[in-house]
Order: sequence, then structure tokens, then C-alpha cells
Amino acid sequence: MESDAPVIVVKPSKGWISLKLAELWKYRELLYFLTWRDIKVRYKQTILGAAWAIIQPFFTMVVFSLFFGKLAKVPSDGLPYPIFAYAALVPWTFFANGLNQSSNSLVGNANLIRKVYFPRLVVPFSSVISGLVDFVLAFIVLIGMMLVYGIFPTINIVWLPLLLLLTLVSGLGVGLWLSALNVQFRDVRYTVPFLIQFWLFATPIAYPSSLLSEPWRTLYGINPMVGVVEGFRWALLGTDTAPGPIIVVSTLVASAILVSGAFYFKRMEKTFADIV
Amino acid sequence: MSDIAINTDNLSKQYRLGGRLHKFRTLRDTLTDFFTLPFRRTKSLLRGKPDGAANMNQTIWALREVSFEVKRGEVVGIIGPNGAGKTTLLKILSRITEPTEGFAEIHGRVGSLLEVGTGFHPELTGRENIYLNGAILGMKKAEIEQKFDEIVDFAEIEKFIDTPVKHYSSGMYVRLAFSVAAHLEPEILIIDEVLAVGDAAFQRKCLGKMRDDVKEGRTVLFVSHNLAAIDKLCQKAIWIDKGRINMSGSTVEVISAYEKTTTDRKSGYPPGVLFEAPINEKQRCSLRRIEVVGTNDQLLQTLHTGDTLAFRIHYHCSEKISSAAFTLDFSTPMGIRVLRLSSSPLGGVYLDLPKGEGMVDCIFEWFPLAAGIYKLGVGIAIPHREWLLEVRDLSDITVSEKDVYSSGFSPQCPRTLIAAQHSWQHVHLKS
Repeated sequence: MESDAPVIVVKPSKGWISLKLAELWKYRELLYFLTWRDIKVRYKQTILGAAWAIIQPFFTMVVFSLFFGKLAKVPSDGLPYPIFAYAALVPWTFFANGLNQSSNSLVGNANLIRKVYFPRLVVPFSSVISGLVDFVLAFIVLIGMMLVYGIFPTINIVWLPLLLLLTLVSGLGVGLWLSALNVQFRDVRYTVPFLIQFWLFATPIAYPSSLLSEPWRTLYGINPMVGVVEGFRWALLGTDTAPGPIIVVSTLVASAILVSGAFYFKRMEKTFADIV
Repeated sequence: MSDIAINTDNLSKQYRLGGRLHKFRTLRDTLTDFFTLPFRRTKSLLRGKPDGAANMNQTIWALREVSFEVKRGEVVGIIGPNGAGKTTLLKILSRITEPTEGFAEIHGRVGSLLEVGTGFHPELTGRENIYLNGAILGMKKAEIEQKFDEIVDFAEIEKFIDTPVKHYSSGMYVRLAFSVAAHLEPEILIIDEVLAVGDAAFQRKCLGKMRDDVKEGRTVLFVSHNLAAIDKLCQKAIWIDKGRINMSGSTVEVISAYEKTTTDRKSGYPPGVLFEAPINEKQRCSLRRIEVVGTNDQLLQTLHTGDTLAFRIHYHCSEKISSAAFTLDFSTPMGIRVLRLSSSPLGGVYLDLPKGEGMVDCIFEWFPLAAGIYKLGVGIAIPHREWLLEVRDLSDITVSEKDVYSSGFSPQCPRTLIAAQHSWQHVHLKS
């Protein structure tokens, strides 16, 4: 029995190191509990509770519909403007909250990081995943709106889980970079709200990407949220222009951000406990 | 397969002072450094300092070339003053932070407790926190479920298990937190000063629980300032000072050597004098000087168990005080009172103190404290009415060993705190 006792070697690590995904898998229960904690705690001591998950995207949609839809007469791919905007705001809110929460996650869990060992990747990962509950709530409202407008999803809805995964990958990828940077440079905390605002307008949420002509429209996919947003509209609302090439570009970019973010995170990991 | 549980080789950890003092850097600092550093380096190189870089980032070795071995099933205590590097060592062994140099090999599943209640969330209930905290400490969900009742029992909080812990008293909070931790069952347990929490009864319970763990053959590495706990639990001790191992070996030897230095450092008075202070006119009564004198009224350089001696208290009163009493307290460095004497009411002697300076002797025919270190406290009071003066930790006194029973052995701490003149006799039973 003692012969299979694991030997842990503690020594200084150098350079780029492996992601140790097997170890991450071993800690999946911790990932589950941290996610569960984030969900449980998020709306404690609020009056509106989980309604906040809906209020955020819904009222943004109302404002967008008024100013962009009614006043500025922004085109909406032949769809009613409110549902055009809301279908994009649902994944966007998941992305933006995931990005925001994960970039502050290491600093927010500093006491854990200073006192207990576990793969640090668990922390930003769980903060992104915990946003899924909010996503589901906002999504239910989206279904309600589709019924009201009499829009039925196309067969392309089967792609929705993959599009959701793409949203998660984008949010986590950027979140990993920012959370690791935030440990060392607290500037990140002040940059994030600004970044999210900027990114919102750089993504075709209030307007359609069909305003651009090819090849620019495909290149627009470099912003991974372009692929997500156009994908959601295509899968659910049946916009006629298939965003295939955009999604391919977005997926490649999002994966690159995630992988590079994970390696950067892992490299900085050893310093977290000392400087967080 | 070996019987070694932990083996460290030249473990060292360097901290950058700047990085640690200013908890975090802003991007601006880094950018300014980036642009000014080359200039500053050249400047210091021009001034003839060989390595300009060394001055830029002040560093400190929190741990330096620490090598030791812990065998399977051994319980090792780590002692040392604050900032000696004890916690850094534990953090490296629990993989929270990396060493700068050297390496360690750990054979077996490690559980580390650098703090109780890490990750407790105030908004969650006791039940929820048990699961969360258990997972954070590395327990599997099934394992927590299986031990759940035991944990709740041990913490004595059945009634409040579904109350958010923010409504707990601090005692309940700590009990719950410790209880989760105590049910962690790793092969190697690393503990930092967690027994310093909770009330006395609960501390005893924790010590008991730890003793059970030790009996089960668990390897334990234990940092504490509570020397009594270390003495009770550990066979071996390591004394760390300024990042290096100062001494390691049997607990009794290491603790007594450690205690000696901590007291030597404290007193700045000549031998035989325990305390000295100028007159304080503002107080009704103040202490001027306390000394230990022998039978010939000479200051005693050292005092031993069984000596005939007197504690002489020089005092000053700014007014006449009648029916006053003096008290003397002796307690262990851990704060356990060993002996308290008072001229009245216990001694039955009421003293009328004159205005000005005076002197009182407390005479021992046979000094009863066993060899060791004690804290001396002195008080002046009007019995049943008021304390004119009470100093708990006035001075440390060292009682030296003496073979008072002529047996070749001397009564000493922590085996016994007091000694008494006595004899043994074998009484035969009539059958």
C-alpha cells in the first residue's frame, strides 16, 4: 500500500511548463464546489435576486431598440430590432460577465491562493462557468420573446451548444490573460470595465455585420464575439447569411487566446501566492 | 519503498523586499523602472559597484539552505521567533509557493492547514461551508458526506448547521473550521499555528484529536509558539532562526535551548536584579526595584530549586497606605500560573506602607519551583478593595537545576513545575 504512495517533488520551475491538465481533472470536484459557491453567493442579500441576470441584457436591449432601432434606424437583417439585439445580448452578457469575474477572480480569492495548494486554473475557470446560470435565465426570456414575435428556430439550432462553447472559450481565454496580469498589475481592474464597453461596440450587437462587405466581414471574425453573435442569430432567428467563414475565423482566434492564456497563466502561477 | 516521508535538500526561498512591501506594482512603476533602470545601473557601475542589479532589488532570504528528513510516522515540531521562516517552509512543502533553490521530496498524500476556515464564505450555511471547505482542503465529496455527522458532532454546532456562518460567534466559527480540518486524513499533515484559536476546552479537544492522529501513524509537521503543545505532541523538533536551521533533535533538548535564548535576550539587568524603574510620583504606589537575595543579604547570581532566598521588593508610595498587601505570581512562559503568594489575605500579614520608599521581603525557606523559566508578576493591593498596582509579566526568572533529592536527577520543566521536600517509604501489607 505504501509503495504506491505518490512522490511529490518540490523544486523551482523554469521557463514554460506543462499545463498539467490531468491534475486539473483530479481537482474537478473543487471546480464544481467553487462554481456552486459563486452561484449561491452571487445574488445573496439582493432584493431582485436572480432577476438581475435578466435585467442586465433586457434593459440594454430596450435602450438599444430606442436609440439605434427607432431613432437611428439601424438595419437589423430584416428582423424586428428588439429580438435582433436581444439574441446578441444574451451570449454577450455571458461573455462580458465571465470576462469581468474571471479577471478579478485570483485577486478576489487571494486568501485561498495564499493558504492552500490547488491548480490555480480552477479559479478563473469556475467564475466563467458560474455565469451559465445567468445565461440560462436570460435565454428563457429570449425563447419567450421568440414566441411573442412568432419566430421559430431553424434546424441550425443544433449548433447552439457549440456556439455557447465558443463564447465560453473566448471569455475564459481573455479572462486567463487578464486574471494573471491582474495579480501583478492592479491596473487591470480599472481597464476591464473600459475594455468591455469598447468591446461591446466592436461587436455587431446593435448593428448587423452584414453592413460590411466581404472579405472584411470574414476578417471581422478576428473578434471572436462576432462569430458568436452572428452564429446565435443565424441558429435561432434564421438570418439568411450563413456566417460559416466568420465562425471559423472566430474559433481559431478564440482557441489561440485560450491556449496562449493558459500557458501564460501557468507560467505566472508560481508567483501568485507571493504577490497576490 | 523507503521510510522517509519528507526529505528536503538545501531549500531556500528569496523574496524581493520591494515586491513584498508594496503588495502590488502598477504598470506605471514597471514602465518607469524599465526606462530608468539602465541609467541607474550604469550609474552604480560607474561608481565601482560590481553588480548594479543587486542594489536595485533588495532581496531577503526567508529560508536558507534548509535540509532535514522526517521519517514516516514521526511528529516534528518547528519552533522559532516570528519571521524566522517557519511559515515559508510550510508553504513550500505544501506547494503554495516555490522554493528559489533546492528541492524537497514528499512521499504520500499531503494535507496542509496553514489557517483554519480558509475559503469559508460568510453568506453560506455551516452545512454548505463544510462541503466547500472540505473540497478546498482536498477531500472528495463522498469522503465529506461520509464524515459529515462526525464533523458536526466534533464542532458541537448541530443546531446552527443551516444558519449562515456570518451569524456564528467567533468560537463557533473556529470550532466548525477546525473540525473540518481535523477530519482531513492525509498521510502527511502540515499544520501552522492553528491551535492558537478557540477556547481552552476546545484546544484540549483538538490536541486530543491530534494525538489520536499521531497514534494512527500519521506523519505530522507542526509549527507552534505553544511550546507546551509541541512538547506534548512531538518527539523531534526543529528550531529555525533567520531562515536557517539553528538546531534540530529531541524536543526536550531543542525547547530548553530555545527557551534559554529567548529569556537571555530579554533582561538587561545585572544578575540578581529582576526589575528596576525610576520613582513615579504620579502613582500612589510604584515598584522601584526587585531583586533576589540569599541568606547573607547578597544578590543571588543564580537561583536553584530548594534554595533559601528572598524576593526583595523596593517600592515607593506617594502617600501613606494602610493595610496593604503584596502579591507574587509565578507562571510558565505559556501563561499557566504555578504559584501565587500574597502577604494578605493569604499570608495573614497586613502591611502599613509609609510615604516614600520602602522594602518588603518575601522569604522562601525552600524555593519550590522546578528548574525552568517562569514569568514573575507583582501586585500591590488593598485586599478586597482595590489593586494599586498589578504587573503580570514583570520579568523572567530562570531557576537552575539542583539535585535536591541527592538522586542524580533534578526536578525540571516541563516534567514538573514544582518540587517539594518529601520522602518515599515502602509500606508492607500484612497478609
